[in-house]
Amino acid sequence: MNIDKTQPLEYSTEQGRLNILGFWIFIGAEVMLFATLFASYFTLVDRTGNGPSGSEIFEITPVLIETLVLLTSSFTIGLGVHAMRIGNKKAMMSFFAITLVLGAAFLGVEIYEFVHYVHVGAGLQVSAFTSILLTTLGTHGLHVTFGLFWGIMILMQVKKRGLTPQTANKSFIFSLYWHFLDVVWIFIFSFVYLKGMM
Amino acid sequence: MEFFERFAVPHPSPAIYASMVAIALTSIAIVAGLTYFKKWGYLWREWLTTVDHKKIGIMYMISALLMLFRGGADVLMMRAQTAVPENTLLDAQHYNEIFTTHGVVMIIFMAMAFIIALMNFVIPLQIGARDVAFPRLNALSFWLYFMGAMLLNISFVIGGSPSSGWTSYFPLAGNELSQSVGTNYYMLSLQISGLGTLITGINFIVTILKMRAPGMTLMKMPMFSWAGLITNVIIVFAFPVLTVALAMGTMDRLFATNFFTTTNGGMDMLWANLFWVWGHPEVYILILPAFGIYSEIIPTFSRRNLYGYNTMVISMVVISLLSFLVWVHHFFTMGQGALVNSIFSITTMAIAVPTGIKIFNWLFTMWKGKIQFTVPMLYSLGFIPIFTIGGVTGVMLGMASADYQYHNTMFLVAHFHLVIIPGVVFAMLAGLTYWWPKMFGFMLNERIGKWAFWFIAGGTCLAFFPMFISGLDGQARRMYTYSEATGFGIWNMLSFIGAIGLAIGFILIVYNIYYSTRYASRDIGDDPWDARSLEWATHNPVPEYNFAITPQVNSRQAFWDAKKNGHKLFKGGYKEIHMPNNSGVPFIMAVFFFIFGFGFVFSMWITVIASLIGIIACLIHRSFEKDHGYHISAEELEKSEVELRGAK
Ligand code: HEM
Ligand SMILES: [Cu+2]
Repeated sequence: MNIDKTQPLEYSTEQGRLNILGFWIFIGAEVMLFATLFASYFTLVDRTGNGPSGSEIFEITPVLIETLVLLTSSFTIGLGVHAMRIGNKKAMMSFFAITLVLGAAFLGVEIYEFVHYVHVGAGLQVSAFTSILLTTLGTHGLHVTFGLFWGIMILMQVKKRGLTPQTANKSFIFSLYWHFLDVVWIFIFSFVYLKGMM
Repeated sequence: MEFFERFAVPHPSPAIYASMVAIALTSIAIVAGLTYFKKWGYLWREWLTTVDHKKIGIMYMISALLMLFRGGADVLMMRAQTAVPENTLLDAQHYNEIFTTHGVVMIIFMAMAFIIALMNFVIPLQIGARDVAFPRLNALSFWLYFMGAMLLNISFVIGGSPSSGWTSYFPLAGNELSQSVGTNYYMLSLQISGLGTLITGINFIVTILKMRAPGMTLMKMPMFSWAGLITNVIIVFAFPVLTVALAMGTMDRLFATNFFTTTNGGMDMLWANLFWVWGHPEVYILILPAFGIYSEIIPTFSRRNLYGYNTMVISMVVISLLSFLVWVHHFFTMGQGALVNSIFSITTMAIAVPTGIKIFNWLFTMWKGKIQFTVPMLYSLGFIPIFTIGGVTGVMLGMASADYQYHNTMFLVAHFHLVIIPGVVFAMLAGLTYWWPKMFGFMLNERIGKWAFWFIAGGTCLAFFPMFISGLDGQARRMYTYSEATGFGIWNMLSFIGAIGLAIGFILIVYNIYYSTRYASRDIGDDPWDARSLEWATHNPVPEYNFAITPQVNSRQAFWDAKKNGHKLFKGGYKEIHMPNNSGVPFIMAVFFFIFGFGFVFSMWITVIASLIGIIACLIHRSFEKDHGYHISAEELEKSEVELRGAK
């Protein structure tokens, strides 16, 4: 295997570089996926049928907690990648672990939020608005859930195999994914919640 | 009993029972044959687990041909039904199911598979690469596509086929008006195969951007690879839209959400918009690779360089951008007002400009060229006039005000078939014939090939030209019968005869494959067409490592210049080659996806969860796997190269 020592570990192999480019393109596809969801959301947002509207059901506290937790996790995974670049495996693993814990916390609050929606009569089947709301949030939530399992797999591999070009590459790609989820959340926060509560 | 009722066909007929028997017999025959000839191991090692882009390409091609015959059988039934007025061969429900599955099978499982087949086989060779960027994912793409196709095809005998058109418009496709599980099959089979297509898109963008031979800048890349690059970019941007639309449609049907319902705020036009935001770019996903193929074949058989390389590239880029801006022309009559209609009318007609430029470039390439009328060239020549007629009628349809006249008539059916058949089917058959020697090491018979061409080209004209007339006279699309008094009878009879002509042409192609496999010479050299691009610089058929030595490129027609101007393609000695290992995981994972889809269609949640666990297990397995592939040493390489050259 050709290892290019002048590059960061995650970029040091040919396959590693291909993986990263491939992942960026995948993010392009994900952007389209969420853009389609947002477009549908804006189309259906006022079509509440007999159900409640956004401003009637949104609660600011859990949303603020979610936002805070997710933003912090994006920060900690950045620190994790930084630790990885300077070859500090222990710090890297700790930051990644913190990230995953924050991700789990986010998910916990989101589940609470969903239960609340169903409780106040805004379940998935109530109206076009609730359908698209819960689908958009749910798609993001599913991504986070997937990320949690993915992150755990990566942590196990880093622990077992150390920081090799392969594990570094996987960790870096995972961090891209995580940042992307954060960006999507910022859109959800601004255009679903803030706009919806106005 | 209740259990069996779920899987029963809601609307059975002798044809369905006959298909059941046929499917059962074929399956038994395949299993028995494989066992008798002890081919299970071979099948598993050489095909089911392969990650070689060439073999994956060939598997795509075989599947595409199979699906062509499935879609073709539908065509014959539809045309036979409408050949005479007041025919009772099929009833309305069956007719609906047949035109729906015909459309889906042809677009998604035939045409898409065919373009991906040729992209898989040709692009890595054409850019001088060893394989695609992610060989494993490539295998997964194929198996997801294949399982999606199988899922749709079993709908005919288990639970019922979709029947609301390949566009599956709501509320027609909703639970109330489509009560059988047919539309569930539609949603899930498209979802699964679409996932495979998206992965292909990502894979090929990376491959083309990063794995070109040294010296091959983007503007020195062969035109088919250019077309592949742009096509895959469109795939990556268009398919996620379909993913979302299908997911919403599935939820509406299975979980009683309200996206497209007409109560509780749902909006059926949202489906139409999302569908066509994917659907129109999809048309260009199909046509651009075809343009790429013609741009390879026409220069080869005119013995001239392609005229206007730069404008060819630019026009493709422009087409790809415009393709996302025209989707509303599919529903001008569904009430979005004059302004919106005008905007989309103009963008639609604008696409004719870059397309026209391409046509002229091909004509100028042939101008003063020394044309050789080989089978691939015949298809390219036949394509130009027929496609132009299809295209011009498209511009007619693009005029929003006029569309109120032809909308949903046979005029539309004639238009889109006259672009799709010469545009996609001709190109694929041309490409198939052209690259066949690369794939298998012998040529297809030219005489039989020419007969097939004339039947197909003539059949296309005869099948579709009459529809312009009956369409303008008011024959509606998707109408299963009509009365004597309408006077449509004669036109539909002509169409039926044309369809039979097409069928004969396709059967001739299969016969040609059989005949040439048995009798064609294996002694054809590496470059039987005297062609121009890199794939012809390696052996026929191509060894697993593609090129023993990575080629060096410094012009657009690298191989041609190597032959004519002494440009050296291969410099230096043999070096060790790294190859990826085969893997059974993509296949197994796709089987789980199939079970997942089937479970979902029938709301069997235990099956769904079990298969989901299987899918996740495959992902975890892949994540932990350490797979370093294997190496072909310089000595082995030299030995096999000497053998390959000796065999000539
Ligand atoms: C070979 C490539 C072909 C492709 C890709 C193709 C594609 C399609 C598509 C997408 C539809 C629309 C289905 C719908 O309206 O729901 C359709 C409909 C139809 N096609 Fe084809 N087709 C092909 C070949 C043929 C041939 C060879 C014939 C007959 C000679 C044919 C006859 C028809 C008819 C009669 C319809 C139904 C129109 C209607 O009543 O809705 N097709 N085809
Ligand atoms: Cu269109």
